[in-house]
Amino acid sequence: MRLEPRSHVPLWLNFAAPLSAIALAFLLCALLIAWAGAPVLAAYGALLNGAFGSVFALSETLTRAAPLIFTGLAAAVAFRAKLWNIGGEGQLYAGALAATYVGTGLVELPPFLMIPFLFLVGALAGGLLLLLPVILKLKLRVDEVVTTLLLNFVVLLFANYLLFGPWKDPLAMGWPQAAPIIDEGVLSPLIARTRLHSGLIWAVFFAVCAWAFIRYSKWGFEIRAVGNNPTAAGFAGIPLGATVLRTALLSGGLAGMAGVCELAGLKGYLTLDLSPGFGYTGIAVAMLAGLHPLGVIASAIFIAAIYNGADAMSRAMSISNYLADVMTATALLLVLASVLFVRYQPRLR
Amino acid sequence: MDILEIFVSLGFWAALVRMATPLIFGTLGELICERAGVLNLGIEGIMTMGAMVAWMWVYQGGDLWTAVLVAAVFGALFGLLHSGFSVYLGVSQHVTGIGITLLASALSYFAFRMLLPDVTTPPKIDPFKPYPIPGLSELPFLGEVLFTQSPLTYLAFFLVPVVGYGLYRTPLGLALRMVGENPMAVEAQGIDVHRLRTAAVMLGSAFMAVGGAFLTISVFDAFYIGMINGRGWICVALVIFASWRPGKALLGALLFAAFEALQIRVQQSASAFIPYQFFLMMPYVLSILAMIVMSRRAAYPKALLVPFRKGER
Amino acid sequence: MPEAQQPAAVEAAVQPVLRLSGVTKRFGALTANNAISLDLQGGEILALLGENGAGKTTLMSILFGHYVADDGEIAAFGAPLPAGSPKAAIAAGIGMVHQHFTLGENLSVLDNIVLGTEPLWALGQNSGNAKQKVNELAGRFGLDIDPQRLIRDLSVGERQRVEILKALYRGARILILDEPTAVLTPQEVESFFATLKAMVADGLSIIFISHKLNEVMAIADRVAVLRQGSLVADFPIAEASRESLAEAMVGRAVELPERETQSAGDTVLNLQDVSLRDSAGKTLLDNVSLTLKAGEVLGIAGVSGNGQGPLADLLSGLAAPDAGALQVLGDRVTKVSPAAMLNRGIGRVPEDRHATGVIGDFSVEENLVLEVYGDSRFCRFGFLKGAALRRNAETLIEDFDIRGADPQTTTRSLSGGNMQKVILARVLTEKPRVILANQPTRGLDVGAAATVQRLLFAACAEGAGVILISEDLEELLQMSDRVAVLYQGRLSDSMAVEEADLRTLGLMMAGHGPGEVGDAP
Repeated sequence: MRLEPRSHVPLWLNFAAPLSAIALAFLLCALLIAWAGAPVLAAYGALLNGAFGSVFALSETLTRAAPLIFTGLAAAVAFRAKLWNIGGEGQLYAGALAATYVGTGLVELPPFLMIPFLFLVGALAGGLLLLLPVILKLKLRVDEVVTTLLLNFVVLLFANYLLFGPWKDPLAMGWPQAAPIIDEGVLSPLIARTRLHSGLIWAVFFAVCAWAFIRYSKWGFEIRAVGNNPTAAGFAGIPLGATVLRTALLSGGLAGMAGVCELAGLKGYLTLDLSPGFGYTGIAVAMLAGLHPLGVIASAIFIAAIYNGADAMSRAMSISNYLADVMTATALLLVLASVLFVRYQPRLR
Repeated sequence: MDILEIFVSLGFWAALVRMATPLIFGTLGELICERAGVLNLGIEGIMTMGAMVAWMWVYQGGDLWTAVLVAAVFGALFGLLHSGFSVYLGVSQHVTGIGITLLASALSYFAFRMLLPDVTTPPKIDPFKPYPIPGLSELPFLGEVLFTQSPLTYLAFFLVPVVGYGLYRTPLGLALRMVGENPMAVEAQGIDVHRLRTAAVMLGSAFMAVGGAFLTISVFDAFYIGMINGRGWICVALVIFASWRPGKALLGALLFAAFEALQIRVQQSASAFIPYQFFLMMPYVLSILAMIVMSRRAAYPKALLVPFRKGER
Repeated sequence: MPEAQQPAAVEAAVQPVLRLSGVTKRFGALTANNAISLDLQGGEILALLGENGAGKTTLMSILFGHYVADDGEIAAFGAPLPAGSPKAAIAAGIGMVHQHFTLGENLSVLDNIVLGTEPLWALGQNSGNAKQKVNELAGRFGLDIDPQRLIRDLSVGERQRVEILKALYRGARILILDEPTAVLTPQEVESFFATLKAMVADGLSIIFISHKLNEVMAIADRVAVLRQGSLVADFPIAEASRESLAEAMVGRAVELPERETQSAGDTVLNLQDVSLRDSAGKTLLDNVSLTLKAGEVLGIAGVSGNGQGPLADLLSGLAAPDAGALQVLGDRVTKVSPAAMLNRGIGRVPEDRHATGVIGDFSVEENLVLEVYGDSRFCRFGFLKGAALRRNAETLIEDFDIRGADPQTTTRSLSGGNMQKVILARVLTEKPRVILANQPTRGLDVGAAATVQRLLFAACAEGAGVILISEDLEELLQMSDRVAVLYQGRLSDSMAVEEADLRTLGLMMAGHGPGEVGDAP
């Protein structure tokens, strides 16, 4: 089989390809369910039910989608510029750490200012954290994939130090957690008796902003140009370094806001299990969305649904909820391949 | 314990050699992949998979050496999967690698949970015992440091010159180095670029998986979630540090292991002044520093990250 | 060895060593090769002539197994050649020297030559024997080279020798050379032709791919002409003339644009003793001085790799001079960047359209504003004006006759000629005072090349000065008012095009100063 570039891409293919990839991922994971000895259809039924089956289930799914929208946007924006930011997890914690620092009493503002302020501080922390590897990349050609990955561990250990040490809340009965965010900074709940909070609104708002920015703004034009062909972009006078730095601030900032969203919306205080790998899952979210900021909303909800559904499924029929990770990874790889078939026509011989 | 005491203690040096072992396997494996032009970021997941299957094999009553083989086979299979995407389809090696890592670790954890549903404390196995090499292990100092180690450690050290010889002194090694430099040159000689790269990625991934296996069936006796803990990423940094040369890779792995062994010992005495988390950070920080130092001189294989499509230039 | 080949050579005189029958290859809607049948006799040099895009390289790629033909058969030495297998081609005694060398930069000459000649699974290598054989072959055909050197340290001519040695080392009896002279000086070409003659005398057969009529007339025994994928002529060189070949190649008389001579205006660009070094300190440009006036074309000749790239980088703003002064319209340029050069009215047509000229995945309207998107015409409050972009694109597509494109078309899907028109439209609509045109017609068919030339002349007539960098001497002499030669980073004084001829320029390109030309052999 060989691949020839398509001169024309039919519109339906842009949607059909990733959707069939996801369908295939479900099929493959059915094998695992069967291996676990559970009836496949019933298991998927439980998954669907656990994700969307009730107002509560739906609210849980959307609650989980909110941080994934942020980390998905972080990856999408960076990957658009071919900046391989795999440090979303670290940037998320950096954002949460910074928001904890200013939000637990250091700064007191009325809610309509306090919440944007926390997002801003979190975004700055995440963005600044990504600046380090990006400057190393620009000045010394140090590969950013490895440095951003390694920084995740450093940041997590630093948070660990703070939560077991100076920031440990004396009122938390020995648990490693920080003092709670002040009331003015807490994201208001959206539906009574659920955990869904206005972080989701913020996430959707930022997704729309990111889309408009990438699609229509001058800096977005530069980001797309540098990502597609840095040589031609540089030749045309587009400032490469500045563009990459801006992308880094934006991408790291979005990941940092994911941390604020979880901190101020869901937990209320910083813990070491603030994120179950949202930073890494964001990469899958972005790839599933074809790096499109609006698509990120849909794919974040989809992946959140898988995780929540898998939790419900594992409670119902003793299938490990790691199945959700397997499904996400499988979908990621298959969508990656399907995108290729959108651009290239497979030909036998 | 002060620094001097540590440096003269046998335990430190023996631990150094032991801790270098998984890094040697991982770094050699990554080096083979990258020399063929494929960045394998699946390493973290493949090491996890190797650690899990080898442990599970022994736990289910299998023999230790067969477990090493099983780990290698699983590693090679995930290498094959990686190459299906990165080599045959030519999609982004970065994203493929991350995808493989997510998939391999998720599958490892899933399988571990499914096979051992109701355990709270990780069950244990009988791991490899140190095998003193007759005669050599009698040597003062060196005997205990180098020649009273796990057989897998001997294997790792033995593989360094083997990989070096293979790369620089055999026709296959020449082809492999060339395919990372200029795949067209390899194809023009009638050698299948895709197959050659696939073979390299499978071999390299097998190495990585054995590195993971060392952790569960030699150094520890149990498997637990998150046990690779960034060792794979450190290996990727070490390959750059080593300028893609097996000898330097060994040196890098030993340096890192020395640091790790040192920090554990210093930590015990210095934890009063410096929180232990900062010691745990050091390997990652050191990896970044190593990359900074070496990056300017880094002579990347010319075709690294560049997919090869037949008939396309 | 020659004795052993004797019977084969006799037999070959009767039977062709290579026979292509009805070879057809399509890429989508394009028929690259249309039912081509061709014979190669033993001990002859067959020239395969044709324009860029006529299908020469595709045909040879099929022959060597890189592509699989949709139809047709190939036989070598009477035996059918399996399709799609470079290995089978090598085993059948076919060797190919690609236009773009396929060498590993960080590997030695010997490594490059022996790659693939030993069984892959052997546990060791016999480098002693290999080295001896390489030296023996090199001596026999005059291809001297030290087998231990790394490819990255070799000149282009030396790399070509390695490529030829590679083929000979594998016992090639049929050698395919794809545009081998493009990278050589006229003098190097002569010694290269001597090597070819020696090989033919030794019993080899050679297919020589070219689009240069002079060379074909000088070296070939027989010539085959491809046009738009079809074989349109195949006759002994004795029956060919330059005119008949040119007509067969182009198929119609193409009028090259003439330009009316005009008096040169004010100085628009001035380089004074400009030097440029790479990061390792190696000199790329050595005390280059030049003056360009409004309304004239200054041609820069030279063998590739003698400083054309660095000179273009300098004028494009990608590299800052390490010494010397660069003046545009009388102002000295101190801060060098692509944007600064654009602001000063330098329009740049880069050498590589795909890699440097356009962003393939961008639409035509986006590529048309790639250098001016930040301008108030197209951008307000940090956001691009979509309607302005579209109007701009519609106008330029019309004015520059960019075919097969509307504003939203993905630029990657355009043909080479139309992509070049996108770049020219973008550059010329800004009315630059200085135009850097680096190989502007390379890879274009004759019609598209003529259009590009016409557009450059029109800009000239409106008062722009043009720096034309080209490796095609005929084009340079046809287009330029004055010509200067780059050799090892040094630029000769320019001479009026009337005083220049191929021989003089050739000698200068090989490093002889204009003064020595008369004494040179």
